Amino acid sequence: MPPLDTSRPVSDEVKATTCYMCACRCGILVHLKDGEVRYIEGNPDHPVNKGVICGKGAAGIMQHLSPARLRAPLLRTGERGKGEFKEISWEEALSLATDWLGEVRDRDPKRLAFFTGRDQSQSLTGYWAIQYGTPNYAAHGGFCSVNMAAAGLYTFGGAFWEFGEPDWERTEYFLLFGVAEDHGSNPIKKALGTLKKRGAKIVAVNPVRTGYGAIADEWIGIKPGTDGLFVAALIHELLATRKIDLDYLARYTNAPWLVIDAPGTAEHGLFARDEAGKALVHDLATGQLVGAPAAGLKPALTGRHTLADGRAGQPVFALLAERYLDPHHAPEAAAEATGVPASTIRRIAAELAEAAFTKEIRLAQPWTDWTGETHAEMVGRPVSMHAMRGISAHANGFHTCRLIHILQILLGSIDCPGGFRYKPPYPKPVPPPLKPFGKPGHVKPREPLGGPHLGFPTSPADLLVDDEGKPTRIDKAFSWEAPFAAHGLMHMVITNAALGNPYSIDVLFLYMANMSWNSTMNVPAVLEHLTAKDETGAYKIPKIIYSDAYASEMVAYADLILPDTTYLERYDCISLLDRPISEADGPADAIRHPVVTPDRDVRGFQEVLIDLGHRLKLPAFTSPDGSPKYPGGYADYIVNHERSPGIGPLAGWRGEDGANFGKGKPNPDQLRRYIESGGFHMHHLKPEQRFYKHANKDYLEWATAVGFMPSSEPVIFQLYVEPMQRFRLAAEGRTGESVPEQHRARVARYFDPLPFWYPPEDVAGAGPSRTAYPIHAVTQRPMHMYHSWGTQNAWLRQITNENRLYVHRDLGRRLGLADDDWVWIVGALGRVKAPVRLMTGCHPDTVWTWNAIGKRQGAWALDPDAPETTKGFLLNHLISELMPEQAGGYRYSNSDPVTGQAAWYDLMVRLERCAPGEPHETSPRFEPLGRPTQIDAPRELRFGEAFGGRRS
Amino acid sequence: MTSLPQRTDRKLGLVIDLDICVGCHGCATSCKEWNTGGYSAPLSDQDPYGADPHGAWLNRIHAYEVGEGAASRTVHFPRSCLHCETPACVTVCPTGASYKRAEDGIVLVNPDTCIGCKLCSWACPYGAREYDYAHGVMKKCTLCVDRIYNTNIPERDRVPACVKACPTGARAFGDLGDPQSEVSRSVAVRGGYNLLEAFGYQPVNKYLPPRERRDATTAARSASPPTMPTSDGTSIERFFAWVDRTLSAKET
Repeated sequence: MPPLDTSRPVSDEVKATTCYMCACRCGILVHLKDGEVRYIEGNPDHPVNKGVICGKGAAGIMQHLSPARLRAPLLRTGERGKGEFKEISWEEALSLATDWLGEVRDRDPKRLAFFTGRDQSQSLTGYWAIQYGTPNYAAHGGFCSVNMAAAGLYTFGGAFWEFGEPDWERTEYFLLFGVAEDHGSNPIKKALGTLKKRGAKIVAVNPVRTGYGAIADEWIGIKPGTDGLFVAALIHELLATRKIDLDYLARYTNAPWLVIDAPGTAEHGLFARDEAGKALVHDLATGQLVGAPAAGLKPALTGRHTLADGRAGQPVFALLAERYLDPHHAPEAAAEATGVPASTIRRIAAELAEAAFTKEIRLAQPWTDWTGETHAEMVGRPVSMHAMRGISAHANGFHTCRLIHILQILLGSIDCPGGFRYKPPYPKPVPPPLKPFGKPGHVKPREPLGGPHLGFPTSPADLLVDDEGKPTRIDKAFSWEAPFAAHGLMHMVITNAALGNPYSIDVLFLYMANMSWNSTMNVPAVLEHLTAKDETGAYKIPKIIYSDAYASEMVAYADLILPDTTYLERYDCISLLDRPISEADGPADAIRHPVVTPDRDVRGFQEVLIDLGHRLKLPAFTSPDGSPKYPGGYADYIVNHERSPGIGPLAGWRGEDGANFGKGKPNPDQLRRYIESGGFHMHHLKPEQRFYKHANKDYLEWATAVGFMPSSEPVIFQLYVEPMQRFRLAAEGRTGESVPEQHRARVARYFDPLPFWYPPEDVAGAGPSRTAYPIHAVTQRPMHMYHSWGTQNAWLRQITNENRLYVHRDLGRRLGLADDDWVWIVGALGRVKAPVRLMTGCHPDTVWTWNAIGKRQGAWALDPDAPETTKGFLLNHLISELMPEQAGGYRYSNSDPVTGQAAWYDLMVRLERCAPGEPHETSPRFEPLGRPTQIDAPRELRFGEAFGGRRS
Repeated sequence: MTSLPQRTDRKLGLVIDLDICVGCHGCATSCKEWNTGGYSAPLSDQDPYGADPHGAWLNRIHAYEVGEGAASRTVHFPRSCLHCETPACVTVCPTGASYKRAEDGIVLVNPDTCIGCKLCSWACPYGAREYDYAHGVMKKCTLCVDRIYNTNIPERDRVPACVKACPTGARAFGDLGDPQSEVSRSVAVRGGYNLLEAFGYQPVNKYLPPRERRDATTAARSASPPTMPTSDGTSIERFFAWVDRTLSAKET
């Protein structure tokens, strides 16, 4: 036997931090040897991933060593889009940025648009933007999954993924809608494995069978954009078969609240309320109208009830039942449009009912509800659901997501054992009591905005519009075009700014978003907007500042580049104020900290933002004596910043001695405690607090004490969203509020307080005809890639470096296509050439491809002949950012009419086979980008050679 | 030609559950990052940022569809060395570089004596051998021999990197020579099978087949089909009457 030491030391040091290979935020252990990163593995003690790691996470070393890393601040020297830059010092870069930003702040702060991509520091970036005073701030949620967040928060004060999760340990039936591989990835994978081993049933509703759908017990290959109709039919069936939890509805929802029936008046469809403003219910016990919620009620769910003023009121539940029991929601009526047989819909409904009611769980855990009533057990309905972008990225996503929540609630399965559970700090009041700031009076030179940019309007008075009803934000968020735009509309910023609609801006400041390529709709038009000049020869968007760690396509279109670090070189704060990593059993937050020092002249963007804040003399970043408020940079801010007394970015180890959770004075030792404890902190709820959090006295009182909730009032689920009716009444002209004529019909239709399904193409109105473009085209993200980041990674791009257009075999047969043939994907905007792969597991009239594999030549340090540039293609070129002109010439964004969520998945196309002799190369291809200064790409990698061996 | 041990004390190997592998490649990249700095260092990559990036991987995942129409399914299939009991890759080795360990059955390559002739890769029907272009030698799964006995690693983590990584828990590691081991029991319960059994190399690694689906095709055959009352569905009045009855029953 050759000599072999099987027990060699692995590393000199192990540092625990947080992964950033996607948005999942798993705990990782980074092994260092001789100061270099040797190995990255999952942290077994971490609440998110419990030791596992995915294909992306385990390839983190190659991201950290990517040759596409920028080396130093850059100033554009050539024309925009050429990629010609010179390196400058940080002092030059920050002085220039300060000049540009300072001049705008002194004159008119709204002429800065500051939008951040997939960062996890929105509580800092948003705070900075408030201090600056521009109304034009948001992160990328508007083109990601705002439909899910808004629908959930307006319905039950939580949402899928970050604000809640299935009770994986107990659920018996799991319904998964749409593509889900891109959010919460390891927790879901881990859970799917557990469910399969336990024998719980998994149903995947998705036009495409890949990834999670491949291991589901049942795959329902639904037609894109029709999930809402499918869910409405399930609701119909559950109502018709009486498989709903009436007690749960009466206790925890607004099902009994009386809706005023007075058509034509300004109060029609609003709740009847008592003098204190509480909604009235008809109490069966006393026969009286009583304000809800209240202890000891036996509310009616049916009937018409006479109000004190003689008008009639009907319980929400009666309206709901009338709507969904209508024959047009019967399974037979849904079958054709969804492509799901009526028998399947009926069977799934029966299976849901069986799991919820026959497999009812009774946990022997006493708890006290908000009225003080004590319950001996926690009753569970072990049915759970999850949905993300597949539902979200359609123009009917808000209502579809609401329908899913209604289905969950009718089954009594929110925050019960086996159901869908909140992750603290959720639940929040429905909707959260935050109103967006950015009205004309809110924006003043040299002054902070008075409050947050993003919030939850409950009436037209909350909209960010001027006296004429025109948007005051550059992205038209919270205008009549997108009233519930809780995450803004980042996808519209460049187009709107270049067109001067609603106005033009002076500085566009972007972080970590590839807005000239895979993160934008209609790439060709957006590239024109980014380079468009006015009659004086000046760029229409005069100045663009961009921060990114890598030479992405967007770098070439900016004037000043602030190079960011990799995720192993930085501080970060995954905060309860932002997007935490909580589990249903308790709130958790986390940090990143530098495990290695950058070998380049780069700085973490958050450090830079804090520095700029001081240079601009923003009040919150400047001490009274003019010195920096956080001289220690982001780490200093994370520890010492207080959003309100005692509440800061991190909730763990607060107070001078570190004994407090949630509230407490800043603790100078806090970061050390996090670092020593694996980079995270989790507070474990007491067993009696863990379920029914929306109505659980112990939980609600605790949540109020730690600052999660404004009060310990219960969170009542809003099956019927009264704020939507207020918008509808205004649009119908019942309230005297001024609503621009062009928006009236649209708002009146889509602000239905009960969710409904409509074909997404209805929103476009004068859209292209179905006969010209009969095929749906959607994308999914490969599980081993995250947005555009994956293909710069030497290991991950060996797994996937080109994408195919996946075509159902039957469609392929009709069109005479075989594997490796090339086709033109033709849409209303233009055409894209792509190679074909035939498959069985997709909806027959739906084609799809992997997202963000295609790269522009010159970007990401890839060779000019890399397959990503020669064969990789994007569907983005075919997706219009604007809908067709309405009567009167107005063009809405290609978005959900309620939230402004980008409708990526509503693309319709046709396929044309390429002529013989056409080159097997994708089209369109754009002029190659010059390479900004970055690391030289090696021709061969021998990573690990220095570490390895077989002998001691 | 290289000889094999008469018998091995243990038969260490992997059991891979095709019912729950979602194809995330977590095992593949975890394998790559561990082994490129471990026993097999480096697992080199050629043209890593160019037209044809390729490198040495000891574990690769394939995704494909099997069956047609309603019977069709998508399978993710992880592929690595199966540590056969009678591996042709060892017996074919002209230098003795390839060998099977008597103590645990792990098949290894000694890079000091490997001449990179690739005979082993021709002999292996599973495609589990990889040629490292930088080193000019063959590389293969070592079952993370430098992890599983490594006292510098916490005991709970002394498993192959792919097993520790796997998010769905589709990979298990253990002694398949011990019928009482957890891996042997799962093979017995789930009908674990040998890949290309007919070749007779007696792989130690086993694959667990996908479980039977519980969808439209099987629901009808189910012993206790889901039952539900027939719907009257058209009469909203009858529905409301049911609601009222139910609520008043709760009152009393």
